[in-house]
Amino acid sequence: MNPVLEVAGLKKSYGKTVAVDGVSFAVQPNEIVGLLGPNGAGKTTTIDMILGVLAPSGGMVRIEGKDVAKKRSEALQSTNFAAVYAQVPGNMTVFQNLKIFGLIYEVPNLRARIEDIIREFDLVPFHNTRCGVLSSGEQTRVSLAKAMLNKPHLLLLDEPTASLDPSTAQIIRRKIKEYAKSGAGGILWTSHNMHEVAEVCDRVLFLSHGKILLEGDPKMLPQKHGKKDLEELFIAVAREPLTLELE
Amino acid sequence: MKPIRIYAIFLRQIYLLRGNLTRFFQMFIWITVDILLWGFISKYFTGVGNAHMNFFAVLLGAILLWDFFGRMMQSIATAFFEDVWARNFLNIFASPILISEYLTGLVLTGVVTSLVAFVVMLFLAGVVFGFSILVYGFAVIPFLIILFLFGIALGIVGVSIVLRLGPPAEWFVWPIPAVISPFVGVIYPLSILPHWMQFVGHLLPPSYVFEGVRAIVAGGTFSGSAFAIGLCLSLMYIALAYFIFLAVYRKAIRTGLIARYSAESVN
Repeated sequence: MNPVLEVAGLKKSYGKTVAVDGVSFAVQPNEIVGLLGPNGAGKTTTIDMILGVLAPSGGMVRIEGKDVAKKRSEALQSTNFAAVYAQVPGNMTVFQNLKIFGLIYEVPNLRARIEDIIREFDLVPFHNTRCGVLSSGEQTRVSLAKAMLNKPHLLLLDEPTASLDPSTAQIIRRKIKEYAKSGAGGILWTSHNMHEVAEVCDRVLFLSHGKILLEGDPKMLPQKHGKKDLEELFIAVAREPLTLELE
Repeated sequence: MKPIRIYAIFLRQIYLLRGNLTRFFQMFIWITVDILLWGFISKYFTGVGNAHMNFFAVLLGAILLWDFFGRMMQSIATAFFEDVWARNFLNIFASPILISEYLTGLVLTGVVTSLVAFVVMLFLAGVVFGFSILVYGFAVIPFLIILFLFGIALGIVGVSIVLRLGPPAEWFVWPIPAVISPFVGVIYPLSILPHWMQFVGHLLPPSYVFEGVRAIVAGGTFSGSAFAIGLCLSLMYIALAYFIFLAVYRKAIRTGLIARYSAESVN
């Protein structure tokens, strides 16, 4: 099976500061990969480069075999994303936002798809409500609805459940897991909630100082490195990355 | 380029216009003030002494054409600012939309809203002052083409300035028409300007329009060569503006400004 996302030797530097330093990984079509790391590790920079909004200093990104640097539009046609820092415009209604992005992503049978996704994300009461007056959790659901609107083959989720209550977060996690397991697409997921990551991700990549430090099954990785759980391992990566590098 | 994506950018602006009457009124308020102000000035001059000149054609008509140009430019810039104000850059630029599609969508918005404003201006000038744009005959078509194209070019330049310098730079964009107006002779001939200003004026397409306005009012015609020069200059400025935008956009992608636009600068 060909990966939906291939990242090879990806690098981004700003002058002498290296934000991402030769990162390589792949995401398979029905796989959820967690991109983990402390603040400033290079997660969002990596995602920005995958989305084509930041030019890499080196390396390449391929989505379904298409080089993002050369065929950005084609590569992003089957991609979508949701991030806490990229809410949809608050001065348009839920329906209007989904209509605009549905047109941009050329979603077929758009009207029916919008109604489906509004139901799926429990947004029916907010159909004609401006997004700016929704609670942060409701806005996050709209962002996720926008991200799933085109049934992307590659879905990038940057802390997708950060502002959701535990009950809604669990429902959203289940939906996203079902989406991946149905073979509709691969998912790259960042989160600081290690319990969530352990529950959702098939594989995790620990990023520290712009490099992938560890990689593996989130259920096996902590024991392999002598840690109680993923959270403890995360703390070790954040505070003592060198000791893990030597193991 | 895919028309559906261009339509998406246009439709977003229509939703915004429909959603808040403030946006709708700002399309007409300043042009209404201008029409009333210059209409009464024209009326006053016409009544002074034994004036033989058609002041409505020279002043009110010229201001009407100038406002059409200004609206064209500002409509494009405003459509872009909506994405700045709504912090929508990441959603837009991380989508499959091409830069040419995005810009065309902004231009389409500018074309439609400025044409609506122009019709309102014509109606107002006709009803209040009995002025008809047809006083210029068929020359009004090349006049509008030149102003329309140059408005697009400056609109794209305005957008580029804000993309490069950040949201506060929008205050550089609003006065652009006012800054160039002394050079293009909206209500006076270029010949009264100092040589260096005349030189600058001849590089700006609207100069050919307003010289043409005065030539027609004086009983002459708008020459084909003046139209050709104005048209060529306008098209050249559009191409230049597009390349400026592309260069600014590529730099923003390289530096990470697109992804961090709310920071205004990545330095």
